[in-house]
Amino acid sequence: MGFFDFLKKESNQKGSKSIAKDRLKLVLVHDRASMSPEVLEALRKEIIQVISKYVDVDNNNIEVELNDNNNQATLVANIPINEIKRKRNV
Amino acid sequence: MGEVIVITSGKGGVGKTTTTANIGTALAKIDKKVVLVDTDIGLRNLDVVLGLENRIVYDIVDVVKGHCRLNQALIKDKRLEGLFLLPAAQTKDKNAVTEEEIKKLTEDLKEKFDYVIMDCPAGIEQGFKNAIIGADRAIVVATPEVSSVRDADRIIGLLEANEIPDTRLVINRLRPQMVKQGDMMDIEDIIDILSIKLIGVIPEDEFIIVSTNRGEPAVNNEDSMAGKAYMNTAKRIVGEEVPFLNLEVQEGLLDRFLKIFSK
Repeated sequence: MGFFDFLKKESNQKGSKSIAKDRLKLVLVHDRASMSPEVLEALRKEIIQVISKYVDVDNNNIEVELNDNNNQATLVANIPINEIKRKRNV
Repeated sequence: MGEVIVITSGKGGVGKTTTTANIGTALAKIDKKVVLVDTDIGLRNLDVVLGLENRIVYDIVDVVKGHCRLNQALIKDKRLEGLFLLPAAQTKDKNAVTEEEIKKLTEDLKEKFDYVIMDCPAGIEQGFKNAIIGADRAIVVATPEVSSVRDADRIIGLLEANEIPDTRLVINRLRPQMVKQGDMMDIEDIIDILSIKLIGVIPEDEFIIVSTNRGEPAVNNEDSMAGKAYMNTAKRIVGEEVPFLNLEVQEGLLDRFLKIFSK
């Protein structure tokens, strides 16, 4: 919700230029890293699989994004944890 | 020994040929000896933009295949003493010439001219590879649109990969009114995204259509804003420091421009 409200507000206030910039920056991060959204989705699924072995994660709210910080592509994963899994008592 | 400059963009229709014709004409106006090479084989256009379409006898394919001598294929401009065109072939395709043949051609042309300007076809296939093979530097043309800037980014990457030492950007068809309204990316946004140095900003100008209709490049008209901007771009190519035109509709922008480009 909040994210889209933010976009709408932006476009109303500043015109479509900021939308163009944001879309362009995102598409270029992918172009430059040669990583498609499909690959990123596959990566997201595998990360969930691995991490779920150790912690109980909130599957629906995991975000994996490719970002661009000062022309250095970075992979940013935001993984909310429900509960650290306890060792079972024998 | 002259210099080979390739004018390229990736995306079609952003003004490569218009830019080639105008920068070439402008360089000739400041007394440089210039040849414009149309490498868009099969889709010849630079001849009509320059108004030289009726004078073509031989073309670039005839030259590289040895069907004629280089001098026989070079067409002298109607107005300017130092300006020549080497036209593309219209009936063949982009694979009719090889990179080695074009490399040899650019080396021959560098002996005779101060500037050899290669008008590159759209796309990143063989025609692009041919056009950049002999280049000492590159000018990437982009319009302030998402698709054009995206393609420009790809082209800049390919130029880097091909070790073209100096790549500069021309932003074409900028509409200051739309930038002011916040509905068009401005110069700063584009150079920031592409991380590339600017060499020209050409405003949208209806006179470009008139000049193309007539076959007379806009730099020949003192009143054309685009013409002035192309002349300034040519001066920057030869190493002059020329401030960027104040394209803003209202106050305050000249200062901003000066701030950005005083480096």
